[in-house]
Amino acid sequence: MDVAFRPSRLRAVMVAVLLIALPRAPRAESLPVEQMRRELEAMKEQLRQMQDQIRKQEELIEKLGAEKTPAAPAPAAPAPVPAANPPRPWSPTQPIQLFSTGKSYLNLSFDALVDAGTSTAKDVRTIQRGDHDPNQRGFTVPNEEIFLDGAVDPYFKGVADIVFKLDENNDTEVELEEVYLTSTSLPWNLQAKAGQFFSEFGRLNPQHPHAWDFVDQPLVIGRMFGPEGLRNPGARLSWLAPTPFYSEAFLAVQDSQGASAFSFRNTEGPLFGRPPVARSVRALGDVLYVPRYVASFDLTDSQTLVAGLSGAFGPNASAENTQTQIYGGDLFWKWKPPWQAGGFPFVAFQTEALGRRYEAGAAAALPRETLFDWGLYSQLAYGFTQRWVAGLRGDWVSGDRGSFRPDPDRADRFRVSPDLTFYPTEFSKLRLQYNFDHGQLAGDDSSVWLQAEFLLGAHAAHKF
Amino acid sequence: MRTAIPTVIVLLALAPCRAADKLHVVATTADLAAIATAVADDAAEVTTLARPGEDPHFVDPKPSFIVTLNRADALIEGGAALEAGWLPPLLDSARNPRIASGAPGRIVASEGIALREVPSELDRSLGDIHPFGNPHYLLDPVNGKTVAQTIAKGLCAVDQARCATYQAGARRLAEAIDQKLPEWQAALAPARGAKIVTYHKDYNYLAARFGLEVVDNLEPKPGIPPSPAHLAELVPRMQAAHVRVILAEPFRERQTLDFVAEKTGAKVLLLPIMPDGKAATDYIALIDHAVRQLAEALKG
Repeated sequence: MDVAFRPSRLRAVMVAVLLIALPRAPRAESLPVEQMRRELEAMKEQLRQMQDQIRKQEELIEKLGAEKTPAAPAPAAPAPVPAANPPRPWSPTQPIQLFSTGKSYLNLSFDALVDAGTSTAKDVRTIQRGDHDPNQRGFTVPNEEIFLDGAVDPYFKGVADIVFKLDENNDTEVELEEVYLTSTSLPWNLQAKAGQFFSEFGRLNPQHPHAWDFVDQPLVIGRMFGPEGLRNPGARLSWLAPTPFYSEAFLAVQDSQGASAFSFRNTEGPLFGRPPVARSVRALGDVLYVPRYVASFDLTDSQTLVAGLSGAFGPNASAENTQTQIYGGDLFWKWKPPWQAGGFPFVAFQTEALGRRYEAGAAAALPRETLFDWGLYSQLAYGFTQRWVAGLRGDWVSGDRGSFRPDPDRADRFRVSPDLTFYPTEFSKLRLQYNFDHGQLAGDDSSVWLQAEFLLGAHAAHKF
Repeated sequence: MRTAIPTVIVLLALAPCRAADKLHVVATTADLAAIATAVADDAAEVTTLARPGEDPHFVDPKPSFIVTLNRADALIEGGAALEAGWLPPLLDSARNPRIASGAPGRIVASEGIALREVPSELDRSLGDIHPFGNPHYLLDPVNGKTVAQTIAKGLCAVDQARCATYQAGARRLAEAIDQKLPEWQAALAPARGAKIVTYHKDYNYLAARFGLEVVDNLEPKPGIPPSPAHLAELVPRMQAAHVRVILAEPFRERQTLDFVAEKTGAKVLLLPIMPDGKAATDYIALIDHAVRQLAEALKG
């Protein structure tokens, strides 16, 4: 990238920014500056007049409201006369009203998951490796999250997601899962995000467990991103491309250490029979880079396709100068007819394939210094009638064949999971899932899991 | 790379400029789009997000909507939390300050409408109640006039040069409604006081305008599909009240409707709540169709 802008070019850029950022009202770009200034003055004056008018009307409404006696609305009564309630002109000092709560500065919601079930696996944790999966016979309380979001000011939106869960001994664990702000007014269709957040890698990684179509995370996500998913403090820039179809490019730069950067500088346990190397950040190459490009097409009035490519690049803790590269491709297709009621019926297909190149460095246990492994999952969700969704998922992961001693993180595994979900409303769900597991190391296992979810508070608006 | 940057800038600068210099107006639902089209005439290109025949509470936030919203000069939403389940994430991704909350290009159609059934407390055990009141207000043609005014005012704030066009459009629609209203009232005058049952609370404003009494809904609570227990209790009540018509949106499942109709002798009337391009192509035609169908069903 050519960073050394000459002043003249910089000026041209600034003018372009101004042109784009100006309100569209007077078709600004074709008017001379003087005329624009005059129109701006005129608009300011109008705004002042409107504010005066509104103030007067508000006083009038208050007066009228004080006089009126409340009456119960009878069904056959004629509709009441519309009250004058003119839109207020916007000003930067005015608090922005939020969508779902009206008179409140933030949306507050609490989402709870409770799992129950059993498995033939001797230690359930060997096959259920996700941090928010059911992980023992009996009950699991895997993910209870407090979600706060709202407009910070006219320039930022803020999100905080704090997760509580109970471990095997019923001790409460707390995770600061996501805390970030997002810009709302950058030019050039850019959007910045900063804080602690899930990397936008593929479809499933940035999703919270309550939005999953199954009770547990896909095997390949656990392999590549570990029990916690790929999330770390950092910053992200995204650009909505000016294409006729939706397409967006993301680039995140995040810390590369910890259990939430599982395939990177993760010093939790021994690697290939050696202690991990605790490397510090010394250069730009020592952080984690997560680029993504995603595009979407409406195939017909009822069918939409979303396809994305992602990458995650950073150092790992296996040796002094070793790197990890993870590549992913994802595809999502949904059919929802134009006569849908309550969101049903629908059919949704989702698949993600991930490959990992892991530079392990020299180790006695390893025949090669660089390991390659990959995996994929495919799932189909069929909302066959209102409130009911049937699902089927296939999981497959594979390691560098026979390359080293039994490694639970790279051995071959597959899983087949049918499930059935009942949504009493969009604020609760009940799910039954069966898992058939086959593993190179663990053999065959069957598990049955039940899951209940409830949501309190602000309406959860889901992304596509 | 040296030439790439200016090229990208030029592309970006060109992106918002569209053919024929028309204002790009996006409406969340087809009824709002119909009114916006009447108001803006040829001065704007109106795009609708929700498909006209689908349940407006459960619209998929397709990524293509992000592009549409990104390039919009104005957004008209129904407000009153009708779109709360799908619009907010789209707007976050659309990064368009022209239609940001509170910006002149953000037109909230429910402003100025006296919403019915505003709950005094919020309690989801009562169903999925809209916190700001019933948002299905556009089947009352008098509300249509108010919304036309609101839209004209909003478009004027965005595009002053053509303010006169928008005001004239709103006036024309209001006049057309005023002209039709006595005709509609006359058509439904014989049915005044008639008792009806509706599937969802979509027709309350229409009923109130023309003096029909909504006895109950097939949904036991808003957003909850009809349950056998509720129907068992509702059927005798419908019989006792001599309910002759059950109103439902065309997207509702027929089985329950037919079952209740058979048990009570009432007629099922599928009444579009949006101009769907078939039964109704514009707002006046939507109301006209509703009134004529209702008058026919309630005759005798």
